[in-house]
Order: sequence, then C-alpha cells, then structure tokens
Amino acid sequence: MTKMFALKTQVFASVLALAAGGALAETTVTAVMHSDLRVLDPVITTAHITRNHAYMIYDVLVAEDENADIKPQMADFTVSDDGLTYTFTLRDGLKFHDGAPVTGEDVVASLKRWGQRDTGGQMIMDVTASLEAPDEKTVVWTLSEAFGPFLETIGKQSALPPFIMPKRIAETPADQAIQEHIGSGPFRFVPEEFQPGVGATYVKNQDYLPRDEPGSGYAGGKVVNVDKVRWVTMSDSQTAVNALQSGDIDLIESMPVDLIPLLEGDDTVVVEKRAAYGFQTMGRMNFKHPPFDNPKIRRAALLAMSQEPVLAALTASPEFYKTCGAVFGCGTRLEDSTGAETLTGAGDPEAAKKLLEEAGYDGTPVVLMQPTEAPTLKAQPVVAAQQLRAAGFTVDMQPMDWQTLVTRRASMDAPANGGWNMFFTNWQISEIANPIINVMLNGRGDQAWFGWPDDPKIEELRKAFIAADTPEAQKEIAAQIQAHAMETVSYIPLGEYNFPQARRTVLTDMAPTPVPVFWGLTKTEE
Amino acid sequence: MLNYIFKRVLSVVPVLFLVSVFVFLMLRLTPGDPAAILAGDNATPETLDRIRDAMGLNEPLLTQYVKWIGGILRGDFGTSLISGVPVRDLVAQRVEPSISLAILTIIIAVLAAIPMGVIAAWKHRSWIDYLVMSFSVLGFSVPVFLVGYVLLLIFSVKLGWLPPQGFKPISAGLWPFLERAILPALTLASIYIALIARMTRAAMLDVLNEDYIRTARAKGAGERRILFVHALKNAAVPIATIVGAGFALLISGVVVTETIFNIPGIGRLTVDAVLARDYPVIQALILLTATLYVAINLLIDLSYSLFDPRIRY
Repeated sequence: MTKMFALKTQVFASVLALAAGGALAETTVTAVMHSDLRVLDPVITTAHITRNHAYMIYDVLVAEDENADIKPQMADFTVSDDGLTYTFTLRDGLKFHDGAPVTGEDVVASLKRWGQRDTGGQMIMDVTASLEAPDEKTVVWTLSEAFGPFLETIGKQSALPPFIMPKRIAETPADQAIQEHIGSGPFRFVPEEFQPGVGATYVKNQDYLPRDEPGSGYAGGKVVNVDKVRWVTMSDSQTAVNALQSGDIDLIESMPVDLIPLLEGDDTVVVEKRAAYGFQTMGRMNFKHPPFDNPKIRRAALLAMSQEPVLAALTASPEFYKTCGAVFGCGTRLEDSTGAETLTGAGDPEAAKKLLEEAGYDGTPVVLMQPTEAPTLKAQPVVAAQQLRAAGFTVDMQPMDWQTLVTRRASMDAPANGGWNMFFTNWQISEIANPIINVMLNGRGDQAWFGWPDDPKIEELRKAFIAADTPEAQKEIAAQIQAHAMETVSYIPLGEYNFPQARRTVLTDMAPTPVPVFWGLTKTEE
Repeated sequence: MLNYIFKRVLSVVPVLFLVSVFVFLMLRLTPGDPAAILAGDNATPETLDRIRDAMGLNEPLLTQYVKWIGGILRGDFGTSLISGVPVRDLVAQRVEPSISLAILTIIIAVLAAIPMGVIAAWKHRSWIDYLVMSFSVLGFSVPVFLVGYVLLLIFSVKLGWLPPQGFKPISAGLWPFLERAILPALTLASIYIALIARMTRAAMLDVLNEDYIRTARAKGAGERRILFVHALKNAAVPIATIVGAGFALLISGVVVTETIFNIPGIGRLTVDAVLARDYPVIQALILLTATLYVAINLLIDLSYSLFDPRIRY
C-alpha cells in the first residue's frame, strides 16, 4: 500500500514536472511589422509603428472597446452633471516597469505633454481650467466650457493616444524625444535588444494586472499569453514571405496583395483582414497658389476624379479596397457621403471641363508631387494626373522620395519657387473619423495643415461640433461639414483600402483591432 | 617601409577632412528635413521648427560643422536624429554582419576563381577555357538579386535545407553562422568569381608566355609547380588589387543582397539613414567607408612587395 502510494506520488510528481517544464518553455512571437521602429517617443511622432510600440509598453486611462465606446482602462471615471469636471480614479496595483507605483502626478504630467502635441489634446487644453492630482489615486480635469468629444479624444486609438509615463520622463519637453522607455503596460521594452532598422524585443510584464473584464478592442483585460514578442524589420516583402513559410516568423502585419498567391495552398499560413477598418487615401491641394486658390478649379479637380481606378492601381485587388466618399470614413459613426457622388462613381470630366472654362483656367500647370519609393503612395499621383489631364488640366508630375516630399510640402512658396500644388497621403480611418482629429478639416489658414485653407465657416462648424452635447447633434453637424468640405474641396477622399495580414496558424486569438496588439493572442508550439 | 606606412597613414588626414566637408555640405544642401520624418504626417510647420531647434539644425552651418568635427575628435560621433541611439553603437552593431559576410564572400570567391582562372589560362582556347569564360560573362551579366532569389528558391523554399533570411554571429557557432551566411555569400561571390577569374586568366596568360616559364619547363618542373608557384606569384599583383577593392565594396555597398537575405549590415543602414536624412549617421558612415578604402588600398600596396620582391617602399 505504502509502495503503491509512493509510486503514485512519483508519477504525479513527474507529470507535474513535465507540465511545469512545458510552461517554462519560452513562447516567442516574431512579427514583421509594416515599418521599422526607429522613434520610440509616442508623443513626438505620429508614426504608426511608434504608436504600436507604445501600445505594447504603455497603458492608457480609458480606451475604445470593439464598438468604439470609451471604457475605463487604468482608471474609472465620473463626469459632473454640467459636463465640465471629469474625475479619474486609478485602479489598484498599477506599477511602472521600474517598480514605482503609478500615481495621479504621473498621469497629469503625461496628459500635459500629450496636450502640447496632439491636435485634439491642444483643443482640450485650450478649454482646460485645471488638471491636477489631489491625491495618489485621483486625477481631476476641469474644463471651462463643455467639450462634447472629450472622452473620445483622450480614449482615441490613433494617431497620438495619451499614453501614461512616469512623471520624470513625461517632463521631457514635447519637442525632444524621451530617453527612457518605461511604461506600465502589458509588455516591457528590452533596450539592449533594440536595433533601429533591425528589430525590437518586448517581454511579458509579469507584474501587470489585467482588468477583470474580457478583452474588447483596446479595452478590458490585457492578458498576455506569450513570453516574448520580437519585431523584426524586413525591407523586402518577398523575404518576409519566405520567412513566414519557413516558420522563421509568425506574422506579417501588412501583406502586399500581389504576393498573396505565393501563400495559397500553404495550410500553415492564413491571409486575412484583421480589422474592419483600414486606411483612407486622399489628395490635398495647396489653397495658397494658382490654380487651386480658386474654389471653382478645386471643384473641377474633384469632378475630374474617380476613386475606382486610383484604388485599383494602389491595391491590385477589389477584395482589399472600397470606394467611399465620406471624409469621416465609411462604417464610422459620422459617415456621410454628401457631395462625393462623382468621386465614388466614374467622375464627371465633362462637368469638370465646363467648370474650368467658367473659372477661366489659363493652363497654369498643377505641380503634383509623386513619392517614388513609398509602395502605398506612388500609384495615386499617376492615376490622378491622368484623370486631371483628361479634364483639361496641365499637370507637371514631379517624382521625388517621400523625404523630399514632406520637406517640400511644408514650403508656402509658389510652385515655381519650390512649392507645390497637390500631394497624396493615407490615414488610418480612426485618425480622420471626426472633425477634431481630422487635420485636413482645420481651416485656420497658415496655422492649418499643409495646404493652409483659410476657411472660417469650417472652423465655426468644428466649434459647433465640440459644443454639441448629443450624438445626434454631432452627426447633424458632421453632415454639414461633409457637404462643406466637398463644396470647397478641403481635400479629395480617394477611397479606402485595407491590406491583409498573413499569420502562421500557430498564432491564434488575435484581436481584430486596426492597431495590432499582442495581448490576448496565443501561440501553440509546432 | 615603416616610414612609408607612416606617410601613407598621415596622408589620410587631409583626405578625411575633405570628405567630411564635402559630405556635410552636400547633405545640408539637398532637400530633406529629419524633423519632418521624426514628427510624422500631421505635424504643423510650427512644431517642425521647434523640433529642428531641438536638433540644432537651425544653427548656422559653420557652427554645426565645428560641433560635429569637435565631437569626432573626442570620439563622439553624435546620436541619430531619428532614433536617438548613439551613432557609434548603431554602426558598431552593423559592422560585424558586413565584415563577416565580406570575408566569407572573398574566401569563396578566391578559392573558386583563382583555380578557375589558372586552369583557363593553362588550357587556353580549350573547352575548359570557354566554359570558365562563359561562366564569367554570366556572373557579370546576371543581376545579384536574381542570383539571390534563385538560390533562395532552390535551397530554402524548394529543398528547405537552409533558412531563408537573417544573420547569426560566428560567436553563436560556426554552423548557425554558415547556414544563414552561405547563400548571401554565394550570391555576392557570383560576381567576384567572374571578376577575379577573368583577371587571373588574363594575368596568367601574360606570365605564361614569359621566358622564365619556358626555363622552368626546360628544367623539368611539374605543371602544377609552374602554374601555382612560378606563374601565379608573378600574376598576383593585379589579382590582389581586384580582391582588395572588392572587399572594400563588399563591406559598404551590398544593399540589395542585404535586403534580400535580411542581413543587418552597413549597406542597409546607409540607405535607411539617407532616406530619413539622418545626418550624423550618414556622415559617420561615409567617413568610415572612406577610411576603409584608404586602409585597404594601403594594405594592397604593401602586399605587392610580398608577391614581387622588386617592389620596395
């Protein structure tokens, strides 16, 4: 009997040891992201890869769930009846990676730094009466006037969410990059393994206490099921595909559509759209110089264009794009497509020609900047140039690298003296989904985004949007902004695209969020 | 000899000074703004200007240049404007992959090309000669990216013998290093084999017609001894030149191969830095490359006296 018991105990102990051994085996997820990580400060830049890095190591006060509703994350919150005072209470057990507890002062310093750089943050700071931490756990934010989209702005997912850092780091001036990368998020950054242009490593933060609710969007419990996440840079997509097939990597965040056939028939790999929302591609004109200083000529350009050929050239497969005339994106709460019928249709070159004649267009060439090395930006100018020419515009398309383009678009000089008339770029839908964050709808002249429209009407509408206190009222004003933006051609939305991701089947349970997050997912060993 | 080396090393100083001025001015005069790359798409002109201020890019060019050179004299190459990592660390991380790949490539190239060239010259105008020359023309004409992709397709994708990408340092073990480095090295070696084999053949053909070769044959020396001792040593000067120049190029200019095989080398660092207008990194890399070329040229010159005792410094 005793012998039997001893044997049983031994067997039990061996099984336990085996199980423990299994759990000790380190799980590493290796991913090729859409771009290489070089800037580590999520406040100084709006680069998506830096934002993705920030989601790994930092946490946020409040966050969007899968329905885009704002939910508590680091803090629960209450709003005063007049809508002017927001009180945040930090939850228990929050710790930075250096072991220090997260305090109200850390939160206040982080929010203040963010408020200097983020467009929405700046607008909130303009109406902030006070932002302070009366005790270790509490932050009270008092506004001088109502700011309807307050929670949406501090809980937004992109481009600059307010990530919480220790006070001593958050006190770095907003124009200088931070030197220490310590957050309180579900992963820790490993500085010794960071090689800009090569890769970055994150390890599970063992001290992180996820919320009790199940994960939903960026909200709920951020439960980490892997030990390590390694981001590697592969500038050649073919190399990344080979590495995925050989099992060297587990995930390609953004897969070029023309390489998808290489993965067909490989049952260890899945190609899929991770998130419902993708990107809006768009064209922006320079309001300061002829010919686009004339609203009729801008309108003629809009009439000349059709989204379908642009999107087809950009993504190669209709499976990954859709036409959409809404400046706030399709499928969003504020979606409205008034005035964009020709864009989503076949265009109306005849009407464009007529309007050009009416406006007395004298053949002034349109200087159109084309970034030749950016795969998601080089096709749009080529197709747009063709469409503009077909409507009677003279187009001077100038090829350059993206870096030259971003420098040149900051020049307010005339096109002949190093300025420009039109360029194209892309935005994640969540970055344009309301009039506060959509920078193209800023109408403050020289203070506005590149192109510098001086548009008091749109500024008035934006103010009305902030003051609107119900979702219905906000939607009503958003529709007016859409109509106005199409009438004056604040910019030309050219449709939406969504590149798929490719993952090995060992990787499961990825959250369907536009920003790829690495909590929640699991990896089974092959 | 020592005197010669000293003089040559000293002559590097004005070369590097001129390179530094030239690079500095060229970079500042080309359009581009690291602040815009750093800040991202929705930064306003005002923000960009503040960031430029913080980066020190709004100071007069001369002040910026003096600060940079002053730093270098103290061994400080500055920090990357984009990532904030010290330039010395950035470059140091990338040197090992580049140098080990270059060495492996040159070893493969020399081991393959010199016997090929020697045999082609020995069997002049035979089918072996034509075969070697055809291979040379092929090696020159086929672009490296194609060679790389074909090797990958065969050995990694179809046969699955070798991993398709990445780099492991030799310190991780010889096989882990070789299994990832062999395909890129073969890819790069394809050009150098072609180049060195042609050069060896031409130099050997010249030498094989010399009187002393006939004398050696008359003395009854074996063919192998004639070819590899008498002839090759005398044909070595142009071969050493081409091998040396090839080595320098391999360290700094193999962007395409580094990209295809995902090797974190100097070539890709240079391209990334140029695209981001990361001035301190580009400047340091160009100074490094210039120094490397000067050093390798010196070594090549010194090696001449080994092959040809008549050459004395």
